[in-house]
Amino acid sequence: MRRSATPFLLLLLLAALLALPQVLPRFHTYVASIVLLTALLATSLNLAIGYTGLYQFGHAVFYGVGAYGTALVLTRSGMPAPVAFLVGPLAAAALSLVMGVICIRLSKLYFGMLQISLGSLVWAVVYRWYSFTGGDDGIHGIPLPDAIASPKGSYYFTLTVTALCVFAMYRIVRSPFGKVIQGIRDNPVRAAAIGVDVRLHQLASLVIAGFFGGVAGSLFVVVENSVFPDMMFWTFSLEVLIMCLLGGMYTFFGPLVGASVIVLLRVFASVHTQYWSLILGTILTLVIIFLPDGVLGRFVRRSLPKEDRGA
Amino acid sequence: MLRVESVVKSFGGFKAVDGANLHVNAGEIVAVIGPNGAGKTTLFHLLTGHLSPDSGRILFKGKEIGGLSPHVLCRRGITRSFQVVNIFPRLSVFENVQIAVLSRERKTFRIFSPVAGMAEEEVHRILRSVGLFDQRDVESDLLSHGDKKVLEIAVALSGNPELLILDEPTAGMAPEETERCIRLIRKLSGESGLTILFCEHDIALVFEIANRIMVMVRGATVVQGSGEEVRRNSEVQSAYLGESGGC
Ligand SMILES: Nc1ncnc2c1ncn2[C@@H]1O[C@H](COP(=O)(O)OP(=O)(O)OP(=O)(O)O)[C@@H](O)[C@H]1O
Ligand SMILES: [Mg+2]
Repeated sequence: MRRSATPFLLLLLLAALLALPQVLPRFHTYVASIVLLTALLATSLNLAIGYTGLYQFGHAVFYGVGAYGTALVLTRSGMPAPVAFLVGPLAAAALSLVMGVICIRLSKLYFGMLQISLGSLVWAVVYRWYSFTGGDDGIHGIPLPDAIASPKGSYYFTLTVTALCVFAMYRIVRSPFGKVIQGIRDNPVRAAAIGVDVRLHQLASLVIAGFFGGVAGSLFVVVENSVFPDMMFWTFSLEVLIMCLLGGMYTFFGPLVGASVIVLLRVFASVHTQYWSLILGTILTLVIIFLPDGVLGRFVRRSLPKEDRGA
Repeated sequence: MLRVESVVKSFGGFKAVDGANLHVNAGEIVAVIGPNGAGKTTLFHLLTGHLSPDSGRILFKGKEIGGLSPHVLCRRGITRSFQVVNIFPRLSVFENVQIAVLSRERKTFRIFSPVAGMAEEEVHRILRSVGLFDQRDVESDLLSHGDKKVLEIAVALSGNPELLILDEPTAGMAPEETERCIRLIRKLSGESGLTILFCEHDIALVFEIANRIMVMVRGATVVQGSGEEVRRNSEVQSAYLGESGGC
């Protein structure tokens, strides 16, 4: 029953999202844009961590590189905007490939730790390289094509791209490739024994996740008109990870829910308090204790024996 | 088809396989027997790339295969089941076989075509042949132990192997499940001429279905030959058959 209701609910959601800027004030439209692109970011992370079972602890780096790639092309080259929107995600995918090749040999936690280290290296370069990346100031006032420069314009652009990318990822997890990476997650030994090149598929999954993370970064440029190094700092990676945990890593739409909740909370909290990390920590604690499968996972996940859990 | 010559594998000084020799001709059913810890599973791991030999030669269809990775050996035509059930627990029975068929067809990098229904005919044919068709939509983790072991054989078959390796295929099965599994092994060998290498503690079963038997004790091959030859071998009698007859 739930299966047949899902497309209808999604259409309803899409219609609501289309109508949103018509009824919401400017600031809320802006917040909605951030929710959308962060939802895309969290879904892309989930491809690696939830569906492939790789401890992708440094995902924000791909988000940041996607954003910087787009921002740098827009500000420093005379190239047309569409090029900028390709360069960002492609740069993120390329970095993901390089980091993947280096990290993939390590198992589980070590993979994650090395990824954080390499990510911090990228962050440090961006943070220090004033002449190219603007250093810790970042880049501001990034020129955008008129059509997507207004809050409404950027919102609709973000909505379109996010919807297309999420749909693409939805197709991917239901493709042969998607099935295979889930098989690798659950039982890499069996996967290899049926002839699957485990590392190659893991690498492909990382590149795809990095690419879509980069797309989210490009959208950030459209919405914020600026980039800064902290968007690729490891603490933000952790925040995106919490979104996946909160929404449910074993559901496709869970991270969308998790991202919405966290972003809205952050916006709300920043008005009233400075203790965002305290709130985030509390959420994480509560999720781990009370919702190990996440909000959505709690409702839709088939019941399974305990020992099969864990990415 | 398969030739193992003086293969050695040690784990930090302990030689789990220490001079194993084995010869499997195309179309045969060959059994490896030996007491617990004799090194049967380790030997199979060496044949399927889960471990690489320290020394010795492993030839498959005339080519050295020692040290190749499992997925490469699967593509070369060797597939296997494990001693402890090894399937995709969260996937359905259908999906377990389907994923193996798609892997063989090299379709695992298709990222946009929906997987549902792909290779359906072939998957159904395989499931019918092993008797799991009616349970095709069951999540495989919920199957009985015997059905899981049969499913694993089905998964291994989906790779269209030339050599099928089964590590204790009937371990833990109820008598009627064992019976069914034996019939399946016979059928695979008879109908499709599949070459099968397996190990088993049930000696009666081994003598019943194997064309030839290799006896392993403490990592080394004691003898390999027909059931009659093995029975007559005095070393086997003292080292193995005499003392237990079945482990
Ligand atoms: N990875 C490993 N590290 C260390 N020792 C190992 C390892 N794998 C196997 N051994 C040892 O090697 C010996 C042979 O083990 P193996 O599993 O091959 O025996 P087996 O003949 O399959 O036994 P069984 O009939 O109980 O399955 C055992 O003593 C075992 O403890
Ligand atoms: Mg064994």
